[in-house]
Amino acid sequence: MPHTKELENFVTQVRRDILRQVHKVNSGHPGGSLGCAEFFTALYQEVMDYKSDFDMNGIGEDLFFLSNGHISPVFYSVLARSGFFPVEELNTFRLINSRLQGHPTTHEGLPGIRIASGSLGQGLSVAIGAAEAKKLNKDSHLVYTLHGDGELQEGQNWEAIMYAAGNKIDNLIATIDVNGQQIDGATDQVLPMGNLKAKFEAFGWDVLEVKQGNDISKVIEGLNEAKSRTGKGKPVCILMTTVMGHGVDFMMHTHKWHGVAPNDEQLENALAQNPETLGDY
Amino acid sequence: MKKYTNTGNKDTRSGFGAGLTELGKSNENVVALCADLTGSLKMDEFKKNHPERFFQIGIAEANMIGIAAGMTIGGKIPFTGTFANFSTGRVYDQIRQSVAYSDKNVKICASHAGVTLGEDGATHQILEDIGLMKMLPGMTVINTCDYNQTKAATLAIAEFEGPVYLRFGRPKVANFTPENGKFEIGKAVNLTEGTDVTIIATGHLVWEALQAAEQLNEKGISAEVINIHTIKPLDEEAILASVRKTGCVVTAEEHNFLGGLGESVSRTLVEHFPAPQEFVATKDTFGESGTPEQLMEKYGLNAEAIVKASEKVLKRK
Repeated sequence: MPHTKELENFVTQVRRDILRQVHKVNSGHPGGSLGCAEFFTALYQEVMDYKSDFDMNGIGEDLFFLSNGHISPVFYSVLARSGFFPVEELNTFRLINSRLQGHPTTHEGLPGIRIASGSLGQGLSVAIGAAEAKKLNKDSHLVYTLHGDGELQEGQNWEAIMYAAGNKIDNLIATIDVNGQQIDGATDQVLPMGNLKAKFEAFGWDVLEVKQGNDISKVIEGLNEAKSRTGKGKPVCILMTTVMGHGVDFMMHTHKWHGVAPNDEQLENALAQNPETLGDY
Repeated sequence: MKKYTNTGNKDTRSGFGAGLTELGKSNENVVALCADLTGSLKMDEFKKNHPERFFQIGIAEANMIGIAAGMTIGGKIPFTGTFANFSTGRVYDQIRQSVAYSDKNVKICASHAGVTLGEDGATHQILEDIGLMKMLPGMTVINTCDYNQTKAATLAIAEFEGPVYLRFGRPKVANFTPENGKFEIGKAVNLTEGTDVTIIATGHLVWEALQAAEQLNEKGISAEVINIHTIKPLDEEAILASVRKTGCVVTAEEHNFLGGLGESVSRTLVEHFPAPQEFVATKDTFGESGTPEQLMEKYGLNAEAIVKASEKVLKRK
C-alpha cells in the first residue's frame, strides 16, 4: 500500500488519543481500545465507503456497529479524526454534559454513532437488522461490526449468528477481536470458548483469519478479502488476533489494563512510545 | 347513563392482525417480525401478502428486538410480535439499550398479556409488563380495550415516531368502541359521565368497568368511566378533571397493582389532587392455569370487583 506510513501515523495518533482520553478522567478502557487502533483506522481511513455528512439511516453508504462499546476511546478518536466531529471534543470524554459518553450512545446525537452499546452481545442483532433493511432498500453497501471475543459468551450472539447464516445475510462482515483477555483474566480461564473458527463455520458462516491484527496492512488485506466474499449467500466473519494494550509495552499481553487508566507517570511513558504524528487535540 | 353495545366478542389480537394487514397495504416501510408465534399474533395475513417484509426470527426474542432496532436504520418501521412476557421481561435489556436509549422507532406488539391467556399458566401470564415498559424513558405504553380499538391503535402507532409498547390479549372480549374510530395516543376517552366515583380502566377491563357502572347506576351511584388506553404518556388532565368532580377513584387493569396504571394515577393525584383510590388489579401475585373467566373472578378483575371497589372508595370520601 502506497500510503502505509500515513496510516501508521494515524494509528499512532489514535493511540495517543486513547491514552490521553482515559488518563484525563482516570476511567475508561485503554486495553481493548489500543488493540483495535489498526482495525478502526483501516475501516474509516481505507475500507469503508461512507458519507461525510452523517445521516442516521445511512442509505447508500457502508455502516459500522461497535458491539463491545467499552472500547469507545478508539471509536471516538477515529470518528473525530475522520471528520465526524471536532477533534477537540475528545477533551470531553466521560465528562458531564458530553456527547462522548462512557459507552457510545445516540442519545446525545454524536455523529457517527447509530446505536447505543455497552451492555454486551446486542450489536450483531442490530447489524443484521440494518443489513436486512439494506437488502429491502436495494442498497448494495455493506454492514461491518466489531465484537470482543469474551463478548461471545453472551447468548444473544449465537441467536444472531444462527439467524444470519439461516437467512443468508451476506452483506455483513462481523469482526471478532480475538485478544484472549477479558476483565477477570484470560478468556481461556474465565470461560473457554474452544475453536471459534469451527463454531462460526458450523453455524454456516464464511470465516477468515487475520493473525496480525496489529499490522495495518494485514488488517486492510483481511477486510478487503472479506469484502470480496460478500454477496455469496453467507455472512462473513473475520477472526482478528490482536494484542490487548498494543503499542504500550507495559499494557500488552495482560487483562490488567482492560478498564484501568494510566497515572501521570505511566501516561508519560506510554506517550513516549507513541510520538505525536497528527497533532494532539 | 350512556350505554354501550357489544357488537360481538372478538379477540384484541385479531384487531392487531387486521391493523397490520392494513398497514401492509398502506405503508411500505412497515415490516413485521415474529418469534415463532405468527398464528397466535394473527400476523399470517401480513406474511402472506408481503413475504419480503415479514421476518421469521425463530425462538430468539433478544435477537428479534435487536434486528428490529437495526431495521429502523434504513427507515423501516418494525412491528415485533410475540407474547407479552417474551416481549418485555425476557428482552428488557435489549429494549432498554437498543430501542429506548437508542431512540429507535420500534413497535413492540404484545399479545397474551395478563392472566386471561388462561390455561398456559403463570409462566406465560405476565402481570408486570406495563410497569417494566412505562419505566423506560421515551417509551409510549398502550393497552387497548377491544378489537376495534386495537386495530385503530395499530394503525396510529405506525404514524407516530418513537418506540411504542402495544399490549393486547388472547381471549375474545366485548367489542364496543366504534369501528374505524380515530385513535389518539395519550388521549383518554370519557365513556360515561358521572358524579360520585371515577372508574379509570385500561385494556379489556374497560368493558368490565362499563358493566360495573350500570350495576352501580341501578344502586343509585353515578360512575364516570374513563378509558385510559395510553398509560404513558398519561392523560393527567382528563383524570384530574374527573376526580375533581367525583372526589374518588377506582383504577382497573389486568396487571399487578405495583407498577401498573393504578400507580400512575396515584402519582398524578398525589401531586395535584389527593383523593381516595381503590385498585382493581392483581395484588403482587403470579397467575395460574384456568379459564379467563375463572381467573378474572379469582383474581378480582371483573365488573363485580369494580362494583365492590367503588362502594368501598365511596365510603372513604
